[in-house]
Amino acid sequence: MTDTSATLVQGTLDMLILKTLALEPRHGWGISQRIQQLSHGVFEVNPGSLFPAFRRLERADLIACEWRISENNRRAKYYSLTKAGRQKLRTETMEWERQVAAIARILQTAS
Amino acid sequence: MGLWKNLFAGLRGLFQKRQGEQELDDELRDFLDKSTAEKMRGGMTREEAWRAARMEMGGVEAVKENVRSAGWETYIETLWSDLRFGARLLRFNPVFAGTAVLSLALGIGANTAIFQLLDAVRLRTLPVENPQEIARISIEQREGLSGDFNGRFSDFTNAIWEEIRARQQGFSSVFAWGSTTFNISPAGEVHNVQGLWVSGEFFETLGVKPVLGRLLTPAEDHPGCGAGAVISYSFWQREFGGERSALGRSISINRHSFPIMGVTPPEFFGVEVGRYFDVALPICAEPVVDGAEYAMLPRRSAWWLASMGRLKPGWTVERARAQLRAVSPGIFEATLPAAYNPGSAKRFVKNQLGVFPAGSGVSDLREEYESPLWLLLGLAAVVLVIASANLANLLLARASAREKEMGMRMAVGASRGRLIRQLLAESLLLSMAGAALGAFLAHGLSEVLVASLNKQQDPLFVNLGTDWRVLGFTTGLAVFTCILFGLAPAIQATSVSPWIVLKEGGRGTTDGRARFGLRRVLVVLQIALSLTLLVGALLFGRSLGNLAKVDAGFQRDGILVTDLDYTSLHLTNEQRVAFGSELLKRVKAIPGTDGAAIVEYAPLSGNASFHDVLMGTSSLPADEDKSSAFNIVSPGFFAALGTPILAGRDFDEHDVAGAPLVAIVNETFTRKVAKSENPLGITFRVRRMGTMLGPFEIVGLVKDTKYVDLREKPEDIVYTAIAQADHPDEDTQILIRSKMPLAGLISAVKATASETNGNLDVSYYVMKERIEGGLLRDRLMARLSGFFGILAVLLAVIGLYGVISYMVARRRNEIGIRMSLGADRRSILRLVLRESLLLLAIGLTLGIALALAASSAAASLLFGLKAHDATTLIMATLILAVIALAASYIPAMRASRLDPLEALRHD
Repeated sequence: MTDTSATLVQGTLDMLILKTLALEPRHGWGISQRIQQLSHGVFEVNPGSLFPAFRRLERADLIACEWRISENNRRAKYYSLTKAGRQKLRTETMEWERQVAAIARILQTAS
Repeated sequence: MGLWKNLFAGLRGLFQKRQGEQELDDELRDFLDKSTAEKMRGGMTREEAWRAARMEMGGVEAVKENVRSAGWETYIETLWSDLRFGARLLRFNPVFAGTAVLSLALGIGANTAIFQLLDAVRLRTLPVENPQEIARISIEQREGLSGDFNGRFSDFTNAIWEEIRARQQGFSSVFAWGSTTFNISPAGEVHNVQGLWVSGEFFETLGVKPVLGRLLTPAEDHPGCGAGAVISYSFWQREFGGERSALGRSISINRHSFPIMGVTPPEFFGVEVGRYFDVALPICAEPVVDGAEYAMLPRRSAWWLASMGRLKPGWTVERARAQLRAVSPGIFEATLPAAYNPGSAKRFVKNQLGVFPAGSGVSDLREEYESPLWLLLGLAAVVLVIASANLANLLLARASAREKEMGMRMAVGASRGRLIRQLLAESLLLSMAGAALGAFLAHGLSEVLVASLNKQQDPLFVNLGTDWRVLGFTTGLAVFTCILFGLAPAIQATSVSPWIVLKEGGRGTTDGRARFGLRRVLVVLQIALSLTLLVGALLFGRSLGNLAKVDAGFQRDGILVTDLDYTSLHLTNEQRVAFGSELLKRVKAIPGTDGAAIVEYAPLSGNASFHDVLMGTSSLPADEDKSSAFNIVSPGFFAALGTPILAGRDFDEHDVAGAPLVAIVNETFTRKVAKSENPLGITFRVRRMGTMLGPFEIVGLVKDTKYVDLREKPEDIVYTAIAQADHPDEDTQILIRSKMPLAGLISAVKATASETNGNLDVSYYVMKERIEGGLLRDRLMARLSGFFGILAVLLAVIGLYGVISYMVARRRNEIGIRMSLGADRRSILRLVLRESLLLLAIGLTLGIALALAASSAAASLLFGLKAHDATTLIMATLILAVIALAASYIPAMRASRLDPLEALRHD
């Protein structure tokens, strides 16, 4: 419940989740921690939007899940990228970079 | 792939619900544990960390709900629970549910029944191989064709058919067929069955396989013709009990024996939708069956065949048409009937062949009934709309009763969309139940419809199966009506503010007026629509009345027409005339006979003959002659029929062969052809199939009578004497007017026939029944539109009554106050009636406009009145106004009799 945490730009949560899974499969908590960590605490992800996003991505066949035994010897659900997910991440990232660059250009010239 | 995965996961979510929920629980708990552990590492106590983690997550149930709603299966789940909830509510209101379902069932049932019939005669394809490749060949604009026309589709003569077969290129094969009746009784009373003349290619082209024996092949259809008969499955079952031994047995057709060679499959009824066949014979057998004297096969002026074919792969209807058009001049020049006069011949050779898609077969039933059926479907749909408006009214009334419930549910967090969905689920339940019951009703209704169109002399066969189109139509109707009557009330019911819960008492809630406004709009709509239907009902009713009152020029009642056929006696021309008059003498001797006469074409029997008439004694063939209708009768014909002789005399015993030729004409002939005030003594000649006859002298003038159809304008008719006929038929048709009961008369006629000669074929019909058979369509339209009209008015009046009663109930307080302030009963009555008068006036105005716009669709089906008939419009408006006012007078009376104290005490 930190006031400092910024709200995510609409539609970017899915991309961030895919990104955190690019290296290795993670469970829900892991993903949320990783996003927080990589953004240096700027984004804090609410579980209320995180879990529906998992379900959405799973249904769209972008991530896959499996049950594993976690470090503390309990059942945990691990998510990993599918082939389609990896592809999606690539195109989304490119599109994002293109847009950010364009916005940056506009902001610079407008002043 | 994503789609499949989604579908599969959704189904798993639906059916393995517990497991799914467990997994979600586990996952969330795991998350919480890890979050707690993390927070404890930051220095919190276990308790604090747990609380913080929970706080961060928010409501666990809310998260779960969010996760669930990310998949589609939740919609099905909520729909299911909505339906269950709706069913429970309806169980508590059995009267409401019963009325709703029943009225919907009637409406949907009527619509489905009519659609089912339309589907069967219009939309469905023939039950043959690849029906979309089948196309019909016919003459595009039929010009200058004359001769004998036989059967329902008399497109071609045999000569033209043979030319088409030789010259066409667009079809892999073509076939010809003709409809007829075969007498399968070897002797005595005629037993007619539905017959088909088919060319050898018929079954092969259509791809019909036999269930027993074999079917006709092209090789067997040749002059000389040794082939047998193919029978239909139903005929096989009916006449032979489905015995395999039927094969090889013989069947008598017009007293000629044919071996049975095969049976067609059960679903095959021929290529005419609405008809069926019992026996099919190759066209080469026609001269044998009809006898050399009447054979149509060799005659170039006998029209009795129609043709279809299967398009070659790659050939379209347009391409085949272009090819046949190119060869048309050659075909018609090669087949010109020798008897045609030069004018007709010129027009004949200009005819052009066309090709038309025929995947759904051909149908005279379709031609006659397609537009009436669409019109009836429209009327039935309007009835359904009116019934739906009534339901909407009921639901609106319920909506105000459920205001509190809705407010409460919104207050605890239900979204409006969710509540509307739930209310619609309830409506859907009603409409689905109505549709199910309606579909059941429809089955019986459509059979009744078909039965009411059936005529004994040409029976119908309509395959009323339920196919995907009918199912789709009924389901569509259910959804449509559900939205029609459910959506507005659902929106209204949920337009309450949650604050309503906090209010005490139900009096004078905020938006009652708006809701009431909607109910008024519905009633106005109902009145307008029911006026339109009432106008339609009156139009068709009066049209039928006009037809019944038409002056046919003779007395229709009490006439039996009997046909005595003596083909088997092989008489000469002279013998035939003598035998005919002997028969007539014996029939006249039957007790109770008021009059009897021989007639070639009984009036309104559908048979006719037209020949060229040349005034004066000139025998020079004119280019274009006027043709008149002809009939050949014996003395006493006009007396038996009840047609007055206006001038001159009837035929008598002196008008025989050898004596001067005489004729009797009717008023129209005098006016149009003879162009004379007094036709007696005028002479004319007749050109019949290339032969000149006459001169005839006119000796009598009779009143106009209808010739072929009750609707026709008076035809110019020439009557000649049977004793002077140059070519008497081998049968004698006798028209009998008798006082005797029908059954007695028929057996007396049969006895007379068999006493005269045991070898006669006897058939008969009652003239009045035959004439009424010609009015079937008008009777159907009058009956059904009348039924729909009454139903519509009833529903609209119930709607008006409901709204006025509701208004009185709502304004009870106000009425009480007015009364206690001194208003008398009459002013209260006025107050209420003014309201209903206003609704009625708007509704009727709208209805008149609507009726004027819609009634032109009926124009072509009306007889003796215009679609925009002022009298009908005024009648309908008055009837509806009186009934509606009477209905609103009841609640008005009730209001005026209120006890003011009582009214005020109530809330």
